[in-house]
Amino acid sequence: MKLVYFAWIRERVGKPEEEIALPASVVTVGELIEWLKGRGEEYAHAFDNPKVVRAAIDKVHARAEAKIAGAREVALFPPMTGG
Amino acid sequence: MQVAITHAPIDPAAEAADLARGRTDVGALVTFSGICRGDEAGASIAALTLEHYPGMAEAEIARHVTEAEGRWPLLGVRVVHRVGRIVPGEIIVVVAVASAHRQAAFAAAEFLMDYLKTHAPFWKQVERAGKSDWVDARAGDDAAAARWETKRAAE
Repeated sequence: MKLVYFAWIRERVGKPEEEIALPASVVTVGELIEWLKGRGEEYAHAFDNPKVVRAAIDKVHARAEAKIAGAREVALFPPMTGG
Repeated sequence: MQVAITHAPIDPAAEAADLARGRTDVGALVTFSGICRGDEAGASIAALTLEHYPGMAEAEIARHVTEAEGRWPLLGVRVVHRVGRIVPGEIIVVVAVASAHRQAAFAAAEFLMDYLKTHAPFWKQVERAGKSDWVDARAGDDAAAARWETKRAAE
């Protein structure tokens, strides 16, 4: 699965995207974020407040409880500030 | 092309004129321009840099254009959003809406801007005195988008 990061989440993780093999126990967006937190200091810093993290599955907004099975691309980013 | 994301400066008059050119059924043309201010949170800034999620940004705006077309009798919509480095005085976003009457054009333009601010994947970074900081989302923007949900529920 491809993970993509934007804005300060991208900066904290230290890369814009990565291919990742997820354990079967990671089912939802919220579980993905919790799992990522355990991957190292930079991830722990990027996701220290999961409440502010927004997500998209295959470029469509998704909630924390959304299931990620079958997704090609999951994006994680802070609240949007365009316009 | 209804929705565009560009690194180049935006000409709001040209975008609006395209919507009305060659037709006589357009009675109202509303153009909103969002402009980079020279201050952010009370302090002067050198520039904004906008990042976006390619593919999703266009799709998310297009989805809201479709929703606006379902809610109001529109004759044309154009949304152009700039990305990259933008200095104070330059335009960040243009929303142009054509309709037979003004009420639909005003309402749809406001609806599109409210949703764009909270749902379209763009992020602003502010540059001041050689330092860059990410702009925080505003609770007021969420409230502005949410009131359209209330209106829809009441319709």
